Amino acid sequence: MADKPVLKKKDFESDQAVRWCPGCGDYAILAQTQKVFPEIITDKEKVVFVSGIGCSSRFPYYMNTYGFHTIHGRAPTVASGLKIANPDLSVWLVTGDGDGFSIGGNHMIHLLRRNINLNVMLFNNRIYGLTKGQYSPTSEQGKVTYSTPMGSLDYPFNPTKLALGAKGAFVAKTIDRDLKHLQSMIKRANDHRGTSFIEIYQNCNIFNDGAFSELTDKDIKSDRVVKVEHGEPMIFGAENNKGIYLDGTTPKVVTVGEEFSIDDILVHDETDAFIGDMLSNFTASDTFPEPLGVLYCVERPTYDDLMVDQMNEANKNTKGPKSVNDLLNAGDTWEVK
Amino acid sequence: MTKSVSNKTIDNVTIRFAGDSGDGMQLSGGRFTQTSAVVGNDLSTLPDFPAEIRAPAGSLAGVSSYQIHFSSQEIHTPGERPDVLVAMNPAALKVHLKDLIPGGTLIVNKNAFTKKNLSLAGYDSDPTEDDSLVDYYATHFIEMGKLVTLACEDIDIPSKMVDRTKNLCALGVLFWMYDRPLEPTIDWLNQKFKSKPDIIEANVRALNAGYNYGDTAEIFTTKYIVEKAKLPAGKYRNMNGTLASCLGILTAAEKSNLDITFAGYPITPASNILHTLSNWKKFGIKTYQAEDEIAGIGAALGASYGGSLGITASSGPGIALKTEFMGLAIMTELPLVIINVQRGGPSTGLPTKTEQSDLFQAVYGRNGEAPIPVLAPTTPGDCYHAAYEACRIAVKYMTPVMVLSDGYLVNGSEPWLIPNPDDLQSFNVDFAKEEDAEDFLPYKRNPETLARSWAIPGTKGLEHRIGGLEKQDITGNVNYDSDNHQKMVEIRDQKVANIANEIPPTEIFGESKGDVLILSWGSGHGASRAATESLLSENIKVGHASIKWISPLPGDLGTILKNYKKVLIPEVNTGQFRQIIRAEYLVDAIGLNEVQGKPLGASKIVEKVKDLMDG
Repeated sequence: MADKPVLKKKDFESDQAVRWCPGCGDYAILAQTQKVFPEIITDKEKVVFVSGIGCSSRFPYYMNTYGFHTIHGRAPTVASGLKIANPDLSVWLVTGDGDGFSIGGNHMIHLLRRNINLNVMLFNNRIYGLTKGQYSPTSEQGKVTYSTPMGSLDYPFNPTKLALGAKGAFVAKTIDRDLKHLQSMIKRANDHRGTSFIEIYQNCNIFNDGAFSELTDKDIKSDRVVKVEHGEPMIFGAENNKGIYLDGTTPKVVTVGEEFSIDDILVHDETDAFIGDMLSNFTASDTFPEPLGVLYCVERPTYDDLMVDQMNEANKNTKGPKSVNDLLNAGDTWEVK
Repeated sequence: MTKSVSNKTIDNVTIRFAGDSGDGMQLSGGRFTQTSAVVGNDLSTLPDFPAEIRAPAGSLAGVSSYQIHFSSQEIHTPGERPDVLVAMNPAALKVHLKDLIPGGTLIVNKNAFTKKNLSLAGYDSDPTEDDSLVDYYATHFIEMGKLVTLACEDIDIPSKMVDRTKNLCALGVLFWMYDRPLEPTIDWLNQKFKSKPDIIEANVRALNAGYNYGDTAEIFTTKYIVEKAKLPAGKYRNMNGTLASCLGILTAAEKSNLDITFAGYPITPASNILHTLSNWKKFGIKTYQAEDEIAGIGAALGASYGGSLGITASSGPGIALKTEFMGLAIMTELPLVIINVQRGGPSTGLPTKTEQSDLFQAVYGRNGEAPIPVLAPTTPGDCYHAAYEACRIAVKYMTPVMVLSDGYLVNGSEPWLIPNPDDLQSFNVDFAKEEDAEDFLPYKRNPETLARSWAIPGTKGLEHRIGGLEKQDITGNVNYDSDNHQKMVEIRDQKVANIANEIPPTEIFGESKGDVLILSWGSGHGASRAATESLLSENIKVGHASIKWISPLPGDLGTILKNYKKVLIPEVNTGQFRQIIRAEYLVDAIGLNEVQGKPLGASKIVEKVKDLMDG
């Protein structure tokens, strides 16, 4: 095989002016995607970005790849059909908390259970940006917005937990401000065969500024975030001495030193559904740190591979009609003279 | 003593099989149809079943029926009032007796007339025991339950299974009456129950029991002979609209070398299209049962974007859900075929009954200026040509196309002259190629058709972005400029209007000038054609134009309308096509409208035309 020219970041930049609000977390996600793609993509023409509607869904216009900006909530359906029609493509679905889990919630869970081999980047800013500031299905209860002047009544979704509940086989979480981590999650998603779901916390500096400040403020973030890595103990904290300890089936945060040693700290196993489920329950608080990383990753047959298998299987069947002409002439026929 | 039987040759007969949902009436009707097709009659059928899968046994709600009209002449409709009614239980009698022609033949399964069944059907007394039927109809009260029990005495199967063969017994009686061979049915039973010899034996015996009953019972004194119909020469088979639609799609796939991806969600009466195509994976057809109607069309459009031809099918309520995606298909100018098998509405409406009431929905039912070509097949067999044309036009013009069929067409059947795919219009696909990269712009158009090129992911150098936001002319970039929007609206409109160039000249049946033009669309064809034949035979100056292309309309229609004093538009809705015709041509068209869950009857059209002549 002839060597392919090495792609560069600018090969993935389209000629369209980026039109997100200055300071939006989406810029970071776009830049990291364009930066990491030369490392993971050799055939740019096979990349397709599919999106729904919302701020995040403008993403495809800025990537110099194939792109389809579809309709609100329905990107998973288009991406699924695309992948069925052409399983060779590298399909990336960009969506938001409203697009992906409110209007498009149904499609998202079905995509995950089918395990179609594509990548989902869910930009979660916990607010509706494009419609100017209403609460979203991931907004905290009691959120005061234009549509909820007395506070929202809805209890929020937990996207990674929902993804696991829908039998997602690759579920990860990262944040716009942690550039290296974001890049590594994009790479991991690309490597995984199946629906790779990444929830990306993304700051909307206009309508929900600081939603994730606990996870980004220098002073406290080390106590609020645990970076989980397969095969590594779940250690965190400013002094790197806090860890997750499993007391029976109950997780606890303990200090490594006197009572507990590093060997007592739970080691992350991405393939363990119990651990994945447990981690998805953690949200940044005094009790637990927020886990960032691949929470769960297992291999499971993908819908598109299974469909290719079925098509091949059907093709081997030499019995019965072989062409449309055979089918047209099948059954009881008679001649009129 | 042998009884004397006379043979009487007649032109055409309408038989209605009616019984409980569990009585197997669709099967009896289907087998009678197949046999009549094989003996060379022209025919037309109308299955009618309840929306409930198993309504309580014996109830009025649970009655299922199947009507067949067969003839030695060319016919166009499943008939109106039956000449023969087979009623397998009191509820079936109650529901259908009012339609039986005066003096018609009534065949009843006497064993089902139990106290319980009579009361479920609302009879105070048993109508087979008093004079209420025998005075008005040629009645045959046959103990079918008893006949099959006796016939199957020595077969070791549960009595319940034996009882289920009553439908074959009824069929046997009718085969005797109309002098039809039993072999096709026996062959079919052998195929269907291959691994169950006892079941085959029981059914064959039941069939024979019915036939022999006709042969020996004194009350049957006449056999009716319906000769072969004089149809155009060629090879025929019986065809229903579902299979025809699927064969049309498959023919499109083979002639174009395109992959087909069918994505849909189960809905009555469209599901059978999904079922049929799902069996054709070996021909390269991919099928996908989506999580909902929206996902069905979304996946189909995604497939089209990826270079396959995406097809979806549904019925009114499902089509309503798909609407937004049709807008996206229009905006992104991708090929897509949407089959709407209309049923009674609004809302959930009458799921198993036919109607033509989604015409406005098809032509107008989207936000914005959103033209979609709409094509309506005229007969069950014509669904083949409509599906093929829809695929061809969708690709040639890079547009979604809607096929507007209905419950009557997909479930109904007729003898069908098997087409040769070579005779169909050629179907070329021209994907944009890597070599075109230098000059490639996503919304550059073919000057003749105004279609943009089909540039699919995976093609090097053609990377571009599309979406639902307004496109800049030629570049396809997002653009909100007012003049550009005006231009793009006009281009999308003109592109669909150009499809009129594909429509063959409208054929007029009957008088090409005269008093009344009967203008039908889609499945209105049969009744209108039958009515026209009848009126012409009475020297009434009528013509019939059968319209398939609703949007755009045929270019010659305006001139045709001017050739008649009056224009009558019969349709199974409150006048949707009439409004379109009036708006388009400023013609004072008159409607004949009925929404009773069944196709219009020819006799009503005849009556209406005569009224107009008097008026």
